[in-house]
Amino acid sequence: MLRDITIGQHFPGTSILHTMDPRVKLILTIAYIVMLFVGSNPAGLAISIVLLMVLYTVAKIPMKMIWKSIKPILPIILFTAVLNLFFMTGTSEPIFSWWIFKIYKEGIGYAVLMSVRIVCLIVGTSLLTYTTSPIVLTDAIEQLLHPFAKLHLPVHELAMMMTIALRFIPTLIEETDKIMNAQKARGAQLDSGSLKDRIKALIPVLIPLFISAFRRADELAMAMECRCYHGGEGRTKLKQLHMRGSDIIIAIAAIVVFVAIGMSNRYFPRIG
Amino acid sequence: MEEMLKAENISFRYAEDQPQAVQGLSVKVKRGEFVAVLGANGCGKSTLAKHFNAILLPQTGTVYVEDMATNDEERLFDIRQKVGMVFQNPDNQIVATVVEEDVAFALENLGVPQQEMRMRVDEAMKMAGIYKHRSKAPHKLSGGQKQRVAIAGVIAMRPDCLVLDEATAMLDPIGREKVMHTVHKLNEDYGITVVQITHYMEEAATADRVIVMSEGHVMLEGTPKEVFSQVELLRSLHLDVPQSTELCHMLTQAGCPMPDDIIDVDECAAALYQMLTGKPAPAGKAEVSV
Repeated sequence: MLRDITIGQHFPGTSILHTMDPRVKLILTIAYIVMLFVGSNPAGLAISIVLLMVLYTVAKIPMKMIWKSIKPILPIILFTAVLNLFFMTGTSEPIFSWWIFKIYKEGIGYAVLMSVRIVCLIVGTSLLTYTTSPIVLTDAIEQLLHPFAKLHLPVHELAMMMTIALRFIPTLIEETDKIMNAQKARGAQLDSGSLKDRIKALIPVLIPLFISAFRRADELAMAMECRCYHGGEGRTKLKQLHMRGSDIIIAIAAIVVFVAIGMSNRYFPRIG
Repeated sequence: MEEMLKAENISFRYAEDQPQAVQGLSVKVKRGEFVAVLGANGCGKSTLAKHFNAILLPQTGTVYVEDMATNDEERLFDIRQKVGMVFQNPDNQIVATVVEEDVAFALENLGVPQQEMRMRVDEAMKMAGIYKHRSKAPHKLSGGQKQRVAIAGVIAMRPDCLVLDEATAMLDPIGREKVMHTVHKLNEDYGITVVQITHYMEEAATADRVIVMSEGHVMLEGTPKEVFSQVELLRSLHLDVPQSTELCHMLTQAGCPMPDDIIDVDECAAALYQMLTGKPAPAGKAEVSV
């Protein structure tokens, strides 16, 4: 049953977004998040939404995936919207008023703005993980953070830990499955009883899992030493990341759109 | 240089309150040789294996790889590059999430330039017979395939010697056969010295030389035929002999004399044929499957 879990949200493909340099993609995603908060007017948000629609079409990611990424955070969106709706006070007369609740025009505007922002934020960052495999993303993070290694930030170590974690997730899931079956064979009730009982029943699954994980770590460390591992110093890479012409073109196009979002503040009234 | 590996009178124990894992042990392995090390659990054979590439350092005595002493810290990476090691559990020695990147791991550590690395990685994957799986995730492979990925990861360093520490113990029969085939090919075609620690007598029977260990000592050393003919001694050390050797030994004991140096199925079949028909076995007829 545990074997069906997919790790990460990578959606393999061959589109230009998939094959793009992950470093550029990562930086553009961060810039996009910033621009979402800069452009606080209807036109700015409209451009952000259109941009996302275009990118999802280019990447050939099915629209149901968008819904899949929004669904878990729906409560947060509703919560933010409701809070903004009731607590935002405006200068004009309230549109609606009952007991201590007053709704102003600004409140509605701000609630919509925040909801759209959060949706765009999630959908936009999901696009990064949909089009980039976790391994490639780790590489990109390592290379982007590389300058910080001079400040003694353990960049290589972090990337190595990420890689090993990704490598061992399926192994440990398989192992959990095995241990659960073994405990079930000994009469453990893992799927029934109250919540408290079920949590208690997990202890005999978790303890062997942890012990085995430590043993694995020990053996892996030895195998790595045997292959001359000595930290990030003087290391080369089999797969080097390269910026291509198409990456630069996409980056320029993205910057133009981002500037448009920023400029929209000047010509359209800001909300809230 | 004749000797690839040389251990001189080495002793080691893991902790003060534990018995000696190896004690006053001396072994030599010649270049290009295929050596199998046998022994019951806890006889020190894995400890010995870990001495060959400086994972463990002897507490007394010295281990030499070619002319380098393993306690010479400055030559540590040279030693580990010369002597590659493959462990029992394939899952616990694969580092990367893609086969070819794992094979490249050692070369990345050694700082090999990218173009040369690409070439050596491809070469190593072809030698280990996993080239067609190069872009797969390791957890999608079978045990035998994973173990060959581990072997490829080691031979990408172009070592002169390969130490297999019970590398086939966790594999199914088909996976084991494939791994053994790969190892023999590396030994014969590329002249890589192989030291194989194993529990399987059938695997030891295919080696050039067998070393039998017990309680941290070398008990017996010789060609597989010399070693396996000592059925009683091996039994007393809680070791088996190959099935065909055992059959011949039992037949001899039952009053039906058989040669005592039979170690594989073909030889056994031929001897049985000769005994039953009185004629030497015709060539090609001796193929019996077990």
